[in-house]
Amino acid sequence: MLKINNLHAKLEDEDKQILKGVSLEVPAGEVHAIMGPNGSGKSTTSYVLSGRDGYEVTDGSATLYGEDLLEMEPEERAAAGLFLAFQYPVEIPGVGNMTFLRTALNAQRKRRGEEELSAAEFLKLIREKGKALNIDADMLKRPVNVGFSGGEKKRNEILQMAVLEPKMCILDETDSGLDVDAMRLVADGVNALRAPDRAFLVITHYQRLLDHIRPDVVHIMSDGKIVKTGGPELALEVEQNGYADLLSEVA
Amino acid sequence: MNDITDLEVREGVDRETVETVANMGSYKYGWDTEIEMEYAPKGLSEDIVRLISEKNGEPEWMTDWRLKAYRRWVTMQEPSWAMLNYPEIDFQDQYYYARPKSMEAKPKSLDEVDPKLLATYEKLGIPLKEQMILAGVEGADAAPADGRKVAVDAVFDSVSVGTTFKDELAKAGVIFCSISEAIREHPELVQKYLGSVVPPTDNFYATLNSAVFSDGSFVYIPPGVTCPMELSTYFRINAENTGQFERTLIIADKGSYVSYLEGCTAPKRDTAQLHAAVVEIVVLEDAEVKYSTVQNWFPGDEDGNGGIYNFVTKRADCREARAKVMWTQVETGSAITWKYPSCVLRGDDSQGEFYSIAITNNHQQADTGTKMIHLGKNTRSRIVSKGISAGKAQNTYRGLVSMHPKATNSRNYTQCDSLLIGDKCGAHTVPYIEVKNASSRVEHEATTSKVDDDQLFYCRQRGMDEEEAVAVIVNGFAKEVLQALPMEFAMEAQSLVAISLEGSVG
Repeated sequence: MLKINNLHAKLEDEDKQILKGVSLEVPAGEVHAIMGPNGSGKSTTSYVLSGRDGYEVTDGSATLYGEDLLEMEPEERAAAGLFLAFQYPVEIPGVGNMTFLRTALNAQRKRRGEEELSAAEFLKLIREKGKALNIDADMLKRPVNVGFSGGEKKRNEILQMAVLEPKMCILDETDSGLDVDAMRLVADGVNALRAPDRAFLVITHYQRLLDHIRPDVVHIMSDGKIVKTGGPELALEVEQNGYADLLSEVA
Repeated sequence: MNDITDLEVREGVDRETVETVANMGSYKYGWDTEIEMEYAPKGLSEDIVRLISEKNGEPEWMTDWRLKAYRRWVTMQEPSWAMLNYPEIDFQDQYYYARPKSMEAKPKSLDEVDPKLLATYEKLGIPLKEQMILAGVEGADAAPADGRKVAVDAVFDSVSVGTTFKDELAKAGVIFCSISEAIREHPELVQKYLGSVVPPTDNFYATLNSAVFSDGSFVYIPPGVTCPMELSTYFRINAENTGQFERTLIIADKGSYVSYLEGCTAPKRDTAQLHAAVVEIVVLEDAEVKYSTVQNWFPGDEDGNGGIYNFVTKRADCREARAKVMWTQVETGSAITWKYPSCVLRGDDSQGEFYSIAITNNHQQADTGTKMIHLGKNTRSRIVSKGISAGKAQNTYRGLVSMHPKATNSRNYTQCDSLLIGDKCGAHTVPYIEVKNASSRVEHEATTSKVDDDQLFYCRQRGMDEEEAVAVIVNGFAKEVLQALPMEFAMEAQSLVAISLEGSVG
């Protein structure tokens, strides 16, 4: 589904290369994790894939179902099925959570040539999805992420994912700032969304999230490259020995 | 749509696509109505003032009132303190009176009105005709299918075209008619209140208006009456090189209530047009008036040519105890806006509120705000102003809060926020605060922010394109003000906010 090949990217304003040849492939139905020390380029990978401003791709490619992601605008990538759960979900004052999500969903549907959902149809959909994630009606009415706790923000990201039904979900450090209970709730939400035609790329610094979201494949990233790929046991190795050991082994 | 011809169309491009593109980001109300007009000669003189008065069939006292204002006006200087830049206006190069020929003999009812005029209003989305039929049903309880009624007074260039629901309003004792009719039919009310809030000597533009105002709306709500429906006036400038000078007078007698809406549009012209209106509101004991404006005059083209120069004086006088007034305005149009809807809080415990969104794009300039003059004890005022600038526009909030020595225990809260879209526009806040007693309190908060890149990216990652994303963010920013608008207006205003920002990003 997602193919990244020899991806090189640098900051637009600075001459600083961050991604130095990332290659990986996530087939449909699988959950892959990217682990790595701070500054290794994990979050940059998610930004470059989703089309955030400020980065320049200098080499390589990234495709979703064979379509060139890097040529698309961010909203086109979203409509094509790419979803990024943000490490720091953004607050939008004055805009109701429901209004926001309905506008987004209908924008995607329109772009794909599908019929837009009416207010009533959308209400039904979001109630159903919200219930499964333990999100009460009050949270739906509040402005997007404004005054939400850390856990609420992350749950809201998962709710958006559930409603938008993307093909390729990238979770950028979703566990950061969460206590164990909140993390379990978020992980349950993600697990409920696992499906044969959907894939996940879970970016995390720690192994603990992967206790709850079991990955099929784990990639270790360092200095802008994937340096090692393996099964779930690789995450445990990191947990026990730290990155330093592992990296010296690779080097 | 005329706009299509302005677009270069490559061969093979789908016509529907072209139309969609042509309609996007263009001013929706820019078409004009081809109708035979009758003009007074260009320029301003005592003779023109007399002519306007005569055309309206006014009594002598009114003619004299106008002439006095005119004589005053010729001695006055155009104010220059506002943060506005525009070429000098040649006041002698304007028509001061224009009316559709068909209105020469005043129609007795809407049935006699030129269908072309009615069609104009219909095109603007104002269902005059439907309501006229309803209003024509003698004694019938005339509720339209959707259950909500709004009485409309429509002003086309210099004259009022017609007013709906008059009979039903009359039953409640409410007088809602054009001001020219009020001068003829209700002289005692007009003489008592006209100029009592905005005196003819008030300022350059108000004085000009006092001399040459041609028409406008008049409202009187008798004591204890809650007006049974919302009242509204739609102003349309159609004729070229014609100034529009309407005058609105609203009187809410003791214990009464009325909600009043005002909408404005004008055709696209590449020369600027002058609009100098005066609105006076008198609020007596325990009465309440809500006045909402959606101002969508033609803003000029992307290069700053043409557009309406809008110099408006609006003031409400809470003349007696516990009177309340609330101004809500959504300003998206006009090339130049100079407008400060104000509240004189004379009665003890009276209250004034001002909610405003001013959106400027391209080369638009707005200098707008309010004045809260606290004269009575325990008076309260609240100001919420949101300025949004895009393109090369300049947006200034200018507000005065004045607490007089006798206005003890009074309170004001002011919040003005500015949002900048792009880096070539400007936002300015100029608050004036005068507190002349020790027991009153004034709070002022001001913020300026830019549409945040993180917010934009978040919206786009969820599937919205850049313009949709900006519209969502801006609507959120403007929400406090949009919420103060009556239902239908809130919807209209929300889509206006999106329209006037189209093409402002990227």
